[in-house]
Amino acid sequence: MKILEVKNVTKRFGGLLAVNRVTFDLEEGEILGLIGPNGAGKTTLFNCINGVYSPTEGQIVFQGKDITGLPTYRSAHLGLSRTHQIVRPLNELTVLENAMVGACYGRENMNLSDARETAMAMLEFVGMADKAELLAGTLNVAQKKRLEMARALSARPYLLLLDEVLAGLNTAEVTSMLDTIRKIREQGVTIIMIEHIMHAVMNLSDRIIVLNYGSLIAEGSPEEVSQNPEVIEAYLGDPELAERLLEEEKA
Amino acid sequence: MKRLFKPGLLIPIAIIVALAIWPLFSGNSASAREAMFTLIMSMALASSLNIILGYTGYVSFGHIVFFGIGGYAGFWVITHLGWHILPAALLGGLVAAIIAWLLGLAVLRLRGAYFALATIGILEAMKALVINLDFLGGPVGLEMHFSEYKRYGGPMESLWMVYWSMAFLAILVIVVSYFIKTSKFGLGLMAIREDEDAAEVMGVITPRAKTWAYVLSAVFPGIIGVLFFFKNGNIEPGDAFRLHFSIEWIVMLMLGGAGTVLGPVLGGGIYQWLRKTLLTSPIFKDYQLVVAGVMLLIIVLFVPTGIIGWVRTRSAKLRRIFE
Amino acid sequence: MGDVLFTSAIDGLLIGVIYGLAAMGLTLIFGVMDVINLAHGPLIALGMFGVYLLFTLMGLNPFVAVIIVAAIGLLLGVLIYFIAVSRVIDAPPLSSLLSTFSVNMIIIGIGTAMLSTSSYNVDYSLGTLDLGFFRAPGSRIAASLVALLTTVLLYFFLYRTRPGKYIRAVANNRISAELMGIPSTRILALAFGIGVMLATVAGGLIATILPINILAGGSYELKSFVIVVLGGLGNPLGALLGGLILGLIEGLVPVFMKTTWVPVIEYVLFVLILLVRPQGILGAKE
Repeated sequence: MKILEVKNVTKRFGGLLAVNRVTFDLEEGEILGLIGPNGAGKTTLFNCINGVYSPTEGQIVFQGKDITGLPTYRSAHLGLSRTHQIVRPLNELTVLENAMVGACYGRENMNLSDARETAMAMLEFVGMADKAELLAGTLNVAQKKRLEMARALSARPYLLLLDEVLAGLNTAEVTSMLDTIRKIREQGVTIIMIEHIMHAVMNLSDRIIVLNYGSLIAEGSPEEVSQNPEVIEAYLGDPELAERLLEEEKA
Repeated sequence: MKRLFKPGLLIPIAIIVALAIWPLFSGNSASAREAMFTLIMSMALASSLNIILGYTGYVSFGHIVFFGIGGYAGFWVITHLGWHILPAALLGGLVAAIIAWLLGLAVLRLRGAYFALATIGILEAMKALVINLDFLGGPVGLEMHFSEYKRYGGPMESLWMVYWSMAFLAILVIVVSYFIKTSKFGLGLMAIREDEDAAEVMGVITPRAKTWAYVLSAVFPGIIGVLFFFKNGNIEPGDAFRLHFSIEWIVMLMLGGAGTVLGPVLGGGIYQWLRKTLLTSPIFKDYQLVVAGVMLLIIVLFVPTGIIGWVRTRSAKLRRIFE
Repeated sequence: MGDVLFTSAIDGLLIGVIYGLAAMGLTLIFGVMDVINLAHGPLIALGMFGVYLLFTLMGLNPFVAVIIVAAIGLLLGVLIYFIAVSRVIDAPPLSSLLSTFSVNMIIIGIGTAMLSTSSYNVDYSLGTLDLGFFRAPGSRIAASLVALLTTVLLYFFLYRTRPGKYIRAVANNRISAELMGIPSTRILALAFGIGVMLATVAGGLIATILPINILAGGSYELKSFVIVVLGGLGNPLGALLGGLILGLIEGLVPVFMKTTWVPVIEYVLFVLILLVRPQGILGAKE
């Protein structure tokens, strides 16, 4: 069953065309990788999907319901959660309270005590339970990324948008984060992830779409996409260099 | 109801009760009552402001506008329609709340400094408007005839009645403040304070939450305004809409710790005590504003979280005691 | 009627230039460092009393006194920057609002204790300019011309000199300006100093044409807010335009209704512009 349909979505900022007639579908339970060079419009597309921006043209359908232009809190209530590329912890609140905001105001609209339980469980899940009483502002970047994840999961979403959760993490942290993402999928949550770390996104994703200058230039399995010359060129300009780098990544 | 028996609520209430009954045990009860009235009123006003400023992070600089609006509404129905002070006070709160709701729909879209500026603009616009309204007495304001106090059994009885109403109201403000702080609604407000866009992405219906916070923070100043001006016997635009007065509330809030329940109580107490000490000191009596300014500067530069905020960052255990 | 309108309009424009100059000080500081200087009013008042004291105690010509006041204002601004502003420049807006407001309280406190709140007058006249169809006090025209000249000098400074260009660079993007090697702390202090200088000069000019008191700066501070949002926060040229508009309103409105309605119109306009077009008429800084 289709959980999300993005139809012809365009977003303009003045003269800048950030997202250009992008169309794709998402099956329930799928992990979709969203890749593309810096400035390709990936985060803008996320912002259109969860209602931070209203698309200039086009339509977003979530679980059969047209959510185009709905305020972002509405999409949160419907079961669409996200993390931010640049982490946005609520600094003066504790880690637990951060996750509780997600639970209280997310899909299940929990009361405080249920929220506390759920939030604690999600902190446990991402390995942050021992940090629950710390102020979020005191965490390091890797911990803040995990917190973003716990916060989004506490909302009990159907669809999770992950915006570069691996960026800035060291190798060990990346491995453990990948593990966490797999476990999230096992719980039946559908995921779209924006990612720059190729081997991670190739490993995790069932399917990948590629944005370049706001347009969708390729769609397919990780294999197909990684061999698509247009993608390689978009990414690195020089196809051969790109292939070499991809080889290195795989090795 | 087990939330009622937490130190976070009981400590501030105990402080207010202790202050409120102080005049009963004092030799000069009338002057003690006046001093305590000012003190308790400051605590209640700072606590009200705390809801929008401390919890929600919206710097309402001209918050005294609600004190003035409520005061005028209540005063007018007392002097022109012969209302009893208590329903008049409630009416003052209601009018302030309605105005806050209407204004909130518009100005709460503004963020940061723009919001702060808009609240100053609203205050000054309101003051200038009232000066032009003849039915509110224009620049001279309204006065209450002395005989008005008769219906409450004389001036002395009226003053005591207003005093106890003030004390009751202050406790009510604390209870409301505490319940907001420890509720889901309050969690949403604090999320807005920390990062409004992130809060919205997490599902907090920010326009609604902010409007409610603004209305709640306006109700009590509206009621208090009626009590205050009834006690004074007159109301004029200069007193009802004095920007400096609402900035004093901010100073109290910052001193004690914005965003905490106990902070405004403590900050209001320390501020008024300091002010009184300075007023009676021969060296500082002319320079009390300077001292207050220096104090504010030191807090802002070096202890921006205030006393309670500072204590709360020390440990999680202290956080549970001081909400 | 036409005569009255014309005279009132010119009167309004003359004072409007000075309002604009005061507002430029506020908007320059905001544009460069996103700080709303709530000590603006008392600083205007200090400018007034600077001219008053130099005139009454030392017998200086008020327009010469303005130059000295400007120099003192610049130094004072730099001092205030280092004491009250530099530590909170990256903090949330409440911090800088409160720290500059504490400076406001300190100045007003000292000023009230020393000068009381009673009214003073700079007893100085340049006669009356009479063109038949138009009459105005000479000092008023001179004050407006000085304000205009100061504006021209400010623009020359910002666009033609190295420190001026640095200020604009820091206003535009502090981080990249720092990366380019611009000493941002010194430039911020300079910008704050110039902002304060403009406020004191405006105050000094007002003192030559109107009675003054230590609290009088407050109403000019509020006018500056109105002007600054009219012209666009952070846009000095907008401030001049805003000042002229405000002056026109103040000149013309009393022709049609009671003078006491002027502030109502000003502040309602202020809030409305914040709501509808927060970038002001000419647009805020880019």
